[in-house]
Amino acid sequence: MTVDAVEEPFRTQLTVRLREGHSLLGVDLPGPCTFTSANGVDILWMGPDEYLVLAEPGRQIELETALREAGALAVVDVSAQRNVLRLNGEHARDVLAHGCSIDLDPSVSPLGTCVQTLFARTGIVLMVREEGFTILVRQSFANYFTTWLADASLEYVS
Amino acid sequence: MTRLSGVPLKFTFDGRELTGFLGDTLASALLANGIHQVATSIKYGRPRGIVAAGVEDSNALVQIEAPFPEPMLSATTVELYDGLVARGLSGQGRLAAEPDPARYDAKHAHCDVLVIGAGPAGLAAAAEAEGRVLLVDDQPDGEAPEGVRFLSRTTAFGIYDDGFVLALERRGEPAAPERISRQRVWRIRARKIVLATGAHERPIVFPDNDRPGIMLAGAARTYLNRYGVLAGQRVVVFTTNDSAYEAASDLAAAGAEIVRIVDAREGYGVIGTDGDTHITAAHVAKLGEMEGERVECDLLLVSGGWNPAVHLFSQARGKLRYAPELGAYVPDGDLPTVSVVGAAAGEGLPEVKTLWQVPAPESEVDTRFVDQQRDATVSDVLRATGAGLRSLEHIKRYTTIGTAHDQGKTSGLLAAGITAEALGVDLATQRPTTFRPPYTPVPFAALAGRNRGDLHDPVRVTMIHPWHVEHGAEFENVGQWKRPWYYPQPGESMHDAVLRECRAARTSVAVMDGSTLGKIDVQGPDAGAFLDMLYTNMMSNLKVGRIRYGVMCGVDGMVIDDGTVIRVGEERFLVTTTTGNAAMVLEWMEEWLQTEWPHLNVFATSVTEHWATIPLVGPKSREVLGRLAPDLDVSNEAFGFMTWHDAEVAGIRARVCRISFSGELAYEINVPSWYGLALWESIVDEGATPYGTETMHVLRAEKGYPIIGQDTDGTVTPQDLGMSWAVSKKKVDFLGKRSFARAENNRPDRKQLVGLLPVEPSVLLPEGAQIIESETVPEPPVRMLGHVTSSYDSAALGRTFGLALVRSGRERIGETLYVPVGDQVVPVTVTESVLFDKEGARRDG
Repeated sequence: MTVDAVEEPFRTQLTVRLREGHSLLGVDLPGPCTFTSANGVDILWMGPDEYLVLAEPGRQIELETALREAGALAVVDVSAQRNVLRLNGEHARDVLAHGCSIDLDPSVSPLGTCVQTLFARTGIVLMVREEGFTILVRQSFANYFTTWLADASLEYVS
Repeated sequence: MTRLSGVPLKFTFDGRELTGFLGDTLASALLANGIHQVATSIKYGRPRGIVAAGVEDSNALVQIEAPFPEPMLSATTVELYDGLVARGLSGQGRLAAEPDPARYDAKHAHCDVLVIGAGPAGLAAAAEAEGRVLLVDDQPDGEAPEGVRFLSRTTAFGIYDDGFVLALERRGEPAAPERISRQRVWRIRARKIVLATGAHERPIVFPDNDRPGIMLAGAARTYLNRYGVLAGQRVVVFTTNDSAYEAASDLAAAGAEIVRIVDAREGYGVIGTDGDTHITAAHVAKLGEMEGERVECDLLLVSGGWNPAVHLFSQARGKLRYAPELGAYVPDGDLPTVSVVGAAAGEGLPEVKTLWQVPAPESEVDTRFVDQQRDATVSDVLRATGAGLRSLEHIKRYTTIGTAHDQGKTSGLLAAGITAEALGVDLATQRPTTFRPPYTPVPFAALAGRNRGDLHDPVRVTMIHPWHVEHGAEFENVGQWKRPWYYPQPGESMHDAVLRECRAARTSVAVMDGSTLGKIDVQGPDAGAFLDMLYTNMMSNLKVGRIRYGVMCGVDGMVIDDGTVIRVGEERFLVTTTTGNAAMVLEWMEEWLQTEWPHLNVFATSVTEHWATIPLVGPKSREVLGRLAPDLDVSNEAFGFMTWHDAEVAGIRARVCRISFSGELAYEINVPSWYGLALWESIVDEGATPYGTETMHVLRAEKGYPIIGQDTDGTVTPQDLGMSWAVSKKKVDFLGKRSFARAENNRPDRKQLVGLLPVEPSVLLPEGAQIIESETVPEPPVRMLGHVTSSYDSAALGRTFGLALVRSGRERIGETLYVPVGDQVVPVTVTESVLFDKEGARRDG
């Protein structure tokens, strides 16, 4: 197999709105189109004042409390809103290139890149990690997304 | 003779079994088999042969019959493969009736420099280019400089803004549909583009210039040097420039006899040809003389000069300039990110004596063909100029020259030259016709790519969807969502199923999947003030723990959406929207927050898919909820209408709202969507009957609750819907408020929502039917009073009923109106919109 896709179910996902500040939960805030990670938490830049906090399952209440104490203007639990999927392997970039117009060459999209874009006809959040890609897709589109992804992968799997 | 690779390929053309070789095009294989005539022309039925060796060929269209039917391909661009079955085509072909088993796809590519064309100029440009370099070429073979990504068999067919280029890759025949796409559209984004697209040779117009065996000189040279095919033995060459001499020299070296070179620069031309299905002689004369010498030949090579392939450059809005020494348009300087090199820039092309057409004797039937595929002649051009047309764009449309599959690659400039001569103007002052994508024909299958069948458009489903499928639900499309429409039991019709589901909701307990409902979290100190501006009614005075129905209007005062507002906390609300408007309402909120009210400290977040939403409806819903949530006090006193409580339901943390869209005692249970299916199964296990959207529609219509988008159409105010009660008189401002004061909004004859009861209680009105005043349909124009917006058969009412928008509807309550349905005119009684349980006695169970 040269492409591998695995779901990471039940992850904690919190939308955070914040207009000022440099860090949250001990993690430096990411700049546009990037994400930052520390202490088992990823913070994704989603917009000028919007972040998505991603963490292991079951941390919703703990993190929401911490975020509010840290001065977040709004916190919303959106854990079940999107499915989280990891895509790895030699041809992961090729498979994505079938449905996604972002230039994923490491010179353009280095580690830490985080973009909101389209894959085929569904919106995704795409994170570039050392071990591959993490993709967030709205739950209702997940069937469509995985069917499309699997079809695009056919050429690359043994 | 063994040619090319020496690997033989069997193919069939026009029923003849033939052999070619790996590396042939269909055209080169036909020529190698001595076949020049490919088809007959579309209008005059004249035999037509192979003119060119590439995409510019105007004649040799074929229909592929096997392995899979494909119409109107140029024999000069079809790579030969074993088992190919084709026939010559006179104009249109046929599309396959069966689905194409081949795969098609698309892929994105990014580069710093995109070089289009791998001829000498393109290769040099690619070798010099820095950064990520992508080279594409439409031919099958070739080698790229080191470090250059190379796509062969790839035709760049469109240039768009910001360095975006589309190219079609032919990935192999016959196709291997199980894994590999047959054709791929490359969506290329390049910082810089170098066009090395070469040039197309131009014919010369003379009488009978269309016979098989008349070929562009360079094409004959290509067939000889690349494919090892000598296209004729006795060759006449007719040229205006030096390049045809190279063809003559190569063909002579291969054993052909060059019987005459007719050089326009020396004052000679071809004024006619003989032959039937193949040329047998050319008539050669001094230019201007009408009598000539007959020279026998089996191949007439023609070269009128070379047209730089400026198609892509022109698509990119590059300016063109007429170069008289070439008799062609050339790029007038590079664009900031698009440059042109080699023959495409006019470099290295031979100087010509400009000759569009040879002066020729009068004849009854004009055989001086300008566009051979369209069977358009010099006379057609002159008819256009004679009719007063001067613009080349108009002449193109009038004559159809340049509108065939080849898009005038050889004929366009000839038509321009002949037009300029006829009008007595300098071609340099004429604007050439616009080049538009695609440069070459592209199959729709390739453009559709993977997005067909199940992948044509996203299908959105809820987490409970698998259960619905398993239990035989019929589905309704609501935007991209698939929603359960009704759940027929074995042998049950839709009508029966819906009546059964309605009865369950009105007499027992029923459950539906409402997860598609739009949900937006509105949070921040100004959340109440914000919602006061968005909704027509007051939201800021809603108490925590309570729920209110609200109507949202556009600035024109027309209803755009409705839903409930739940006050979660002092600074937090949960807003619901209709399924179809979820994205629109969120954008509406963002637009106002970002443009007009940035001072409001409030944030809106979609949580539509975070929550599974399950309405539990019916007089027995309280019992069911009580059993599933033993810790929740479900009594009417503790859990009143339009309030909510957090509770464990079936062991899942849930938010339970007492909301009703049916008039019955009802709860709406929300859990994170992960747990939606588990909750659903627990509820069904308690005996609740699943119901779909159709039953939901009937139940709400019986209560006169409108559905935004079905009972409204963007011209309906809250007052028209009888919802003046939902329009605040206290609020200083809200969206739509000012419009309510307009005279138009207060006309007494506005269309208003009312109920309709067909006088005959079994007649079901079609939704959309018009409503008139008279018992018979009068002569047109007929005054329409409105239309039926909803119509159902009701189990609760024991009859059919409808909702309608009717002029002065509320004043007409009690009147009889008429609905023409086919040949019949159905009498209906106008009623209030609420038809069932008017006093609302059922709400509390």
